Amino acid sequence: MFVLVALLAPLLAPYDPNEGELGQRLKPPSAEHWLGTDALGRDILSRVIYGAQVSLQIQLVAVLIALVLGTLLGMFGGYYGGVTDNLIMRFMDILLAFPGIFLAIAIIAVLGPGLLNLMLAAGIYSVPQFARIVRGSILSLKEKEFVEAARAAGESDAAILFRYLLPNSMAPIIIQTTLRMATVLLTASGLSFLGLGVQPPRAEWGAMLSTARPYLITAPHVATFPGLAIMLVVMGFNLFGDGLRDSLDPRLKD
Amino acid sequence: MGTLLRVDDLHTHFLSAGKVVKALDGISFEIREGEVFGVVGETGCGKSVTALSILRLIPFPPGRIVSGAIRFRETELLALPPDRMRAVRGKEISMIFQEPMTSLNPVFRVGEQMREVIMLHQGLGKSEALEAAVRMLERVRIPEARKVAGQYPHQLSGGMRQRVMIALELSCRPALLIADEPTTALDVTIQAQILKLLNELKREMGTSILLITHDLGVVAQMCDRVAVMYAGSIVEEAGVAAIFENPRHPYTQGLWGAIPLAHDEKPTLAVIPGAVPDLSRLPEGCKFHPRCGRRFAPCDRIRPQMTAVGDGHRVACHLYGGGEPS
Amino acid sequence: MSALLLEVEGLTKHFAVTRGMAREKVFVRAVDGVDFAIARGETLGLVGESGCGKTTVGRLILRLIEPTGGAVRFDGRELTALDRKRLQPLRRSFQIIFQDPFASLNPRMTVSEIVGRPMEIHGLTRRAERDEKVGELLAAVGLRREQLARYPHEFSGGQRQRIGIARALATRPQLVVADEPTSALDVSVQAQILNLMKDLQGRFGLTYLFISHNIGVIRHISDRVAVMYLGKIVEMAGKGALFSKPLHPYTQALLAAVPSLDPRRRQEEVLLEGDVPSPVNPPPGCRFHTRCRFALPRCSREEPEFRPRADGRWVACHLY
Repeated sequence: MFVLVALLAPLLAPYDPNEGELGQRLKPPSAEHWLGTDALGRDILSRVIYGAQVSLQIQLVAVLIALVLGTLLGMFGGYYGGVTDNLIMRFMDILLAFPGIFLAIAIIAVLGPGLLNLMLAAGIYSVPQFARIVRGSILSLKEKEFVEAARAAGESDAAILFRYLLPNSMAPIIIQTTLRMATVLLTASGLSFLGLGVQPPRAEWGAMLSTARPYLITAPHVATFPGLAIMLVVMGFNLFGDGLRDSLDPRLKD
Repeated sequence: MGTLLRVDDLHTHFLSAGKVVKALDGISFEIREGEVFGVVGETGCGKSVTALSILRLIPFPPGRIVSGAIRFRETELLALPPDRMRAVRGKEISMIFQEPMTSLNPVFRVGEQMREVIMLHQGLGKSEALEAAVRMLERVRIPEARKVAGQYPHQLSGGMRQRVMIALELSCRPALLIADEPTTALDVTIQAQILKLLNELKREMGTSILLITHDLGVVAQMCDRVAVMYAGSIVEEAGVAAIFENPRHPYTQGLWGAIPLAHDEKPTLAVIPGAVPDLSRLPEGCKFHPRCGRRFAPCDRIRPQMTAVGDGHRVACHLYGGGEPS
Repeated sequence: MSALLLEVEGLTKHFAVTRGMAREKVFVRAVDGVDFAIARGETLGLVGESGCGKTTVGRLILRLIEPTGGAVRFDGRELTALDRKRLQPLRRSFQIIFQDPFASLNPRMTVSEIVGRPMEIHGLTRRAERDEKVGELLAAVGLRREQLARYPHEFSGGQRQRIGIARALATRPQLVVADEPTSALDVSVQAQILNLMKDLQGRFGLTYLFISHNIGVIRHISDRVAVMYLGKIVEMAGKGALFSKPLHPYTQALLAAVPSLDPRRRQEEVLLEGDVPSPVNPPPGCRFHTRCRFALPRCSREEPEFRPRADGRWVACHLY
């Protein structure tokens, strides 16, 4: 649903998200503007819809970065063990030691604000989660007899990693991916809200919240709807992830 | 010898993926005072479900005792209210499992766990109960019993843990001990020790034992009488000498022929073709007929009944009459 | 061509483990100087109780774990000295069958991939012929060709073990290490698998190292038997000699502990009391002396040598 909205944004949105009518500033919801207008007279519904596009883009790229980096690091750490594993996991521990969003802020502080850097920051911030889950899964799998059988047959390390270990780790990776989608959205919105991510006038939910702040009392709808959008999508991904976990878990056991 | 426990036409079913799995499909047997009664069969034949049904420990859902009767002395166990049944468990009927680690609580010392059980069932004081626990550990030939009482389960070897488990379950002098594969997880030399211990304790305490196992050697060494189970039914029941010297049911014969012997040479192993049937889609007639080399006209239509073929020797097979459908 | 396919000398594996809060490093002497040889076409049974090191011996021979010391000569070639690259092409000649028919097959591969991969790795088949060749093997182990495209979870335990056997035979090996191949199976299925393995041995000219704790199974399948206790072989002899007149006191106790199938012969005497000592600190001298009925004073001081007797039997005991 969320993905559909994001893809069809140009069709669904009744107005151009960036064109405002200054005569229509801070209008409450009406038949003309379902969710009202913001301080520059832009239609909030359209901006929320276009915001979905930006959010989805951020989520996909950031989670992809985390997925690829984290999975590779976790695989090599778990499979080779020893010094390799120690180096990788200590580095992940350092990343995890930063309280929440500060790591992302620190990354942006180095790279500077902007959409691309926001994606990078939110992605790197999620790498340790993937690395840990994949490593744990590889550690338990590599003791299994079918992996020994592969080594006895003369399979190379790369083949064992990608033909035997990775396919059997897919379930936890998929679950983590959906759950991370939610976290990344929160992180990205948070950063944009602080002015460190997407820059106005682009429609992004966090940035919209930020610009709505001065009008919280006089025009609460300007902040309410982007906030609601964030909440619904985060909840959606979390529920989806939980559902996936439930449906994949029985098969994990056997 | 009087009858201690009598099971009559017991049906226990499980619901799995919308299908009814007939784990026990009408079994009847009795255990006499002071005897060791063996239930033997392969994976999924229902031997463990039998034990759990007697103790009314079938997880519901998905399992349920559908019909039948289990009479223990003068009491009908299936009619007891749950609190009375709890009093029977552990005090009058107790059970030891294949892996004692799962039934011992890992965070309590051995002595403490035994003390709790003894206090609960015998109403002894704390220090008296602990003394009774140590005496019981000595009774199962645990060297340095007092030291072992102060240890945690994970500090003990597999054989020691099974001894502790036996001491725990026998501490209330139950009339019936159910032993579900008690030596399967143990090495053969440790198994020999535990079997000897069970035999001695049975003689000393007069406890009846329901011994569930897949190991025919254990049956030969321990049991007085034996029931052979296949796909939720008892197919043959006899005294231990009769069933080893003159097995009658084709499944029993096949099973006996399939075992490689340690004490004798066997040129070839007999093979029972095929595999055990799906308990939710049992074959018509005799459940064994699709794998049986001696099947004939009635086998795929009529379920054979238990028929006497000798003194205390009963078989459910059309080769020996098998009876008309009741 | 030598008559001996496999020669093992002084094979040793010490696992390092850290234990306790102090992270103290200790060594588990899992395998501690093992010698034996297997002739072509023969089955050597390796029997012992849990923790005696028999499984580790199998893994060491296949170089699935690296030995701490000793030599393994396969077909006259020293394996322990080879690096991974030079070992790889030799792997097709020695394969393994595992105990657990559920853990030993990759759940994400079809039967065709599981059995076909070893052929592809060693360049024994092209993609187009793979299914044909796998189909032949499936037929040889008693499965149907049509089951090629199925996944392991669609099979019963006995059928999965047949798939594991087909995989081991895919590269036409000379030596097959069978590590408790029937221990997870029911008696009637075990009989099917044992008969199959005997049949395949004749058809493919296989040499087996058959590892098991089940003495009946070992007696049925083996030509010669080696008995392990705490990381060492204590006795090795032809099957007939070993079972009719075991020499080592441990072998005697082990055989006597197997419950007899004759209910009129109830064994009241238990020859072996207590538990196996820890392989971290094995007893000095003979490792069995702490539980041995015949222990002499020298047994606790002097380690008996494992050596052949005039009749060709090997035993490590001061009594002989």
